[in-house]
Amino acid sequence: MMLIPCPWCGPRAESEFTYIGDARRQRPDTSALEVSPEALQAHSDYVYLRDNPKGWHQEYWQHSSGCRAHLKVERNVVDHRIRASVKADEALPSFPEGR
Amino acid sequence: MQRYSIWSLARNAMTGHKNWQAAWRHPEPKPAYDVIIVGGGGHGLATAYYLAKEHGITNVAVIEKGYLGGGNTGRNTTIVRSNYMHDENAHFYEHGLKLWHDLTKDLNYNVMFSPRGVLNLLHSDADRDAAKRRGNAMRLNGIDSEYWDLATIAKKLPDLNVSKDARYPVKGGLMQKRAGTARHDAVAWGYARAADARGVDIIQQCEVTGMIQDGNRIVGVETTRGPIRAGKVGIAVAGHTTQLLNMAGLTAPIESHVLQAMVSEAIKPTLDYVVTSGAAHLYVSQSDKGGLVFGGDLEFYNSFSQRGGTRTLEHVTAAMISLFPRYAKLRLLRHWGGIMDMSMDGSPIISKTPRDGLFLNGGWCYGGFKATPASGWCFAHTIATGEPHPLNAGFTLDRFERGYAIDERGAGPVPKAH
Repeated sequence: MMLIPCPWCGPRAESEFTYIGDARRQRPDTSALEVSPEALQAHSDYVYLRDNPKGWHQEYWQHSSGCRAHLKVERNVVDHRIRASVKADEALPSFPEGR
Repeated sequence: MQRYSIWSLARNAMTGHKNWQAAWRHPEPKPAYDVIIVGGGGHGLATAYYLAKEHGITNVAVIEKGYLGGGNTGRNTTIVRSNYMHDENAHFYEHGLKLWHDLTKDLNYNVMFSPRGVLNLLHSDADRDAAKRRGNAMRLNGIDSEYWDLATIAKKLPDLNVSKDARYPVKGGLMQKRAGTARHDAVAWGYARAADARGVDIIQQCEVTGMIQDGNRIVGVETTRGPIRAGKVGIAVAGHTTQLLNMAGLTAPIESHVLQAMVSEAIKPTLDYVVTSGAAHLYVSQSDKGGLVFGGDLEFYNSFSQRGGTRTLEHVTAAMISLFPRYAKLRLLRHWGGIMDMSMDGSPIISKTPRDGLFLNGGWCYGGFKATPASGWCFAHTIATGEPHPLNAGFTLDRFERGYAIDERGAGPVPKAH
């Protein structure tokens, strides 16, 4: 069982949270009236491709059985260590390589 | 290859079982092969076997980071079935089920295939409507399927809680009688032995660390035991498809999640069928050793950890006890985890890739074991001919962007939901 630090509630049990997914994906701008093949490809990549790194992973969670806030967490997907968590609209701190 | 039979058993018994041949060789890697398969699990070994048997391509190496069948081949709950609704999946898995029924004879290795029947429990009217529709679709595709009413289920499964007051009241079930289980390790060993006998080099303790690229063509792999050149390279690495594709400069439509399974202490035969419940999130069967082998949901977050957490362990166990109250007295023997490459539509990928000479077999979500023979058979065809077989023509890598997803569950591009 992981303890996930909620920026509002402090460390809480994983069972209170819902996993949302990769927080580094950016929805491309498709507001142009004429959609270029490149823009279409970028949008398709956004929907269907994932970096899926084996290591540190920035991801959204929701404290769905708690304060219901969304948060951004940086977690190592190999050993489940969490090294940072912030509110969903904030930037995660940067860490030196290898930490 | 020394054939296994009652006669060879008797002959070796005379000499104290000291003269059995090793089941496969441990060759040093050659500098080059016609085909390299990355991944020595069931799928990779089956691919090598069918390359040799069906296509006469024997200058093949299977390269494995650890030991044979040490990944998801040795970690699954051994269920074999073909009860799918969509045509692409139905025909593919049904071809596989036919191969399963002859596999022991074909490989001259007892894979202990046990077509004991797989029963999907139904707990609501909507559940039943959807299952009957799927059962009818299966029958239209020539696959066996029958509906079991509550009276039949109560008679056949005396352990099951069929009370109206149960947490998951049972309304009926969809049964596939030709489905069942097989001995998972034996599948890897049987394919390894049969492939080795046809000249395939199986190279264990050899990790692929990079791809050797010439323009847009993959011409070999870098490994911990030096570079090995190849005419064609096939990837069959459950759990690390993303990392292998990254070596070729590609990104995968995949998220890796951890799924756990568990087994109880051994008891006398009590459960005759494989039983699953979508509502309770459970699948359970009794192994030949007597243990109840069961599992349920993913952990629902990205993970490469090969071990599960206590939350899911409790959830799955609670589901089993609510359906089968008398199993509450059993002790848990082991639990473990495996890495699932979850694709964007819940269906697998057996495909060419944007790199010439590079082929991909992956994205099996948590249904890879039953596919082992069909997957190897179709992947071998794809590698040998350069084009997919009609049975895997739908499982392309680019189907998502082209709008041809095969989404059995209708969950969309949310890998954890499949």
